[in-house]
Amino acid sequence: MLRFILTRVSLVIPTFIGITLLAFFLIRLVPGDPIETLAGERGIDPARHEQLRKEYGFDKPVLVQYGIYLGRVLQGDLGKSMITQEPVLSEFSALFPATIELALCAILFALLIGLPAGILAAIRRNSIFDHGVMGISLTGYSMPIFWWGLILILVFSVQLDLTPVSGRIDVLYYIEPVTGFLLIDTLLSDEEGAFWSAVKHLILPTIVLGTVPLAVIARMTRSAMLEVLGEDYIRTAKAKGLSRFRVVALHALRNALIPVVTVIGLQIGVLFTGAILTETIFSWPGVGKWLIDAIFRRDYPVLQGGALLLGVVVMGVNLLVDLTYGLINPRIRHNR
Amino acid sequence: MTAETMEAPAVAAPTATPPHPLREFWGYFSANHGAVAGLVIIIAVVLVALLADVLAPHSPYVTDTSIALKPPFWQEGGSLAYPLGTDPIGRDILSRLIYGARLSLLIGIMVVTISIVVGTVLGLVAGFFRGLTEIFIMRLMDIILTLPSLLLAIVIVAVLGPGLMNSMLAVALVILPHYVRLARAAVITETSKDYVMAARVSGAGTTRLMFKEVLPNCTAPLIVQASLGISTAILDAAALGFLGLGAQPPSPEWGTMLADAREFVLRAWWVVTFPGLAILVTVLAFNLLGDGLRDALDPKLKR
Repeated sequence: MLRFILTRVSLVIPTFIGITLLAFFLIRLVPGDPIETLAGERGIDPARHEQLRKEYGFDKPVLVQYGIYLGRVLQGDLGKSMITQEPVLSEFSALFPATIELALCAILFALLIGLPAGILAAIRRNSIFDHGVMGISLTGYSMPIFWWGLILILVFSVQLDLTPVSGRIDVLYYIEPVTGFLLIDTLLSDEEGAFWSAVKHLILPTIVLGTVPLAVIARMTRSAMLEVLGEDYIRTAKAKGLSRFRVVALHALRNALIPVVTVIGLQIGVLFTGAILTETIFSWPGVGKWLIDAIFRRDYPVLQGGALLLGVVVMGVNLLVDLTYGLINPRIRHNR
Repeated sequence: MTAETMEAPAVAAPTATPPHPLREFWGYFSANHGAVAGLVIIIAVVLVALLADVLAPHSPYVTDTSIALKPPFWQEGGSLAYPLGTDPIGRDILSRLIYGARLSLLIGIMVVTISIVVGTVLGLVAGFFRGLTEIFIMRLMDIILTLPSLLLAIVIVAVLGPGLMNSMLAVALVILPHYVRLARAAVITETSKDYVMAARVSGAGTTRLMFKEVLPNCTAPLIVQASLGISTAILDAAALGFLGLGAQPPSPEWGTMLADAREFVLRAWWVVTFPGLAILVTVLAFNLLGDGLRDALDPKLKR
């Protein structure tokens, strides 16, 4: 087991180096002077320019520059936003809880609907229900979620006036950030109605962000269940006279869940991408919207640092998924 | 056209000779109604794109503020001259959608062509030369795969500058690993087979082995991936357009149209509804086709 963990963890190093290399070189592709790009000072005087050149190490060979950059990244120094002059890392950590809260709700939504739908579809293979679930999930999979968000706003906010259009909470409330998760913070505070307001703001973004994972989870659960239901041990379990529920819930589901867990893990990366679009539509103050705003303000340090941080987060989640996968599936652990 | 494509061909009578591969393929493919529906939609979209000049009632670019935000014809105030209504600066939405079909198909095909060509070559090289070359190529692909695809595309476009061409390049790069992996895996399974050994023994060079012997035998998974890739490409390019990073206004690209229409969502439902519907239907069609192709071409799934 220890060897398995060590191998998986060591595989992260080249990926991390790759991500930093990407972040390092991409920013050099920006047309124009790199100092002006990174320092955000345009038309600066030659002396200051020279000083900054030294400070950023542009007078040294590229490899050394990369070394300096890597050293800074490892110390948590990702530069400062050109607009706010705040360190990129602290801006990121202030906004990240909002994104996590949204992403967690979305994956929960996807699981709560996707798992049962996939299981039922597999049990009633080729029924109308099965075809319905598969049709809906392929549609969900093909959904341009930025449009889906607008349509939901159109129906639920504009026509039915049930949900708010944007933001995390009504402007009436001021909630002292404790955990950064508004659902928890509003419960901790004694502002009346604040929790409801936060929930209402979460509903539409959750559905929008959860749609693609929901579709993927339903499809994956169905096919994993179908495969497992055809195995010999299921026939044995049935032959023993176990109830249908026991066979499905205990014998089949446990094995079918193994590939599903992987898929859920892989969906985390997709979720962060989706969060960029979802946050833009709903003006959700998370890292996705922050990144898009940075692009339009040409705030390159934020873009570089933010993309790097998101990449590292996704990498970390993938590693966790891999390790969990090894834990719940002994076959993987022992093979390598 | 529709009736012809929808009709299921008669099952080939049992004969001594096996059916022609194409015929056999069609037999499997046409049994999948979803796939056939996808194919019909795609043919329709292609025809619309080709005949845009004939079909579109108006120019997609001419603006006329006197007819701005006209609703579709079935609503009060709408007229048949502008069947799906007009946008905030008075352009006919139907005409823009029709011309947009051209762009979306162009994006899908261009992106997938670039990734297939580059990806197949990289995959073949990795599979044939193994060693350091392979490690380098595959690690690079793994890194691209690790990053969320749209995030990477967004960063690339943000750096290169917004625009249709750059967004196509960015999307092509992010879907590249799938093709590299497929081609490499196929090469590794194929090269261990006797026919490759036979070709090698009879003196075929590496290039000949790669392109003439092995490549034709790993086209099936590549075709399936291409169909699915087109749907991803259209979706991602539209997302970039929506974020203002893809095709720029006044281009009638569907995602860009949505971006323009966003602020009018509260008073004109039609300006946001139709472009998204066009994206959804087209992407769905390519996904249906891809699923059908996979089932029909994958010998493991055949009985």
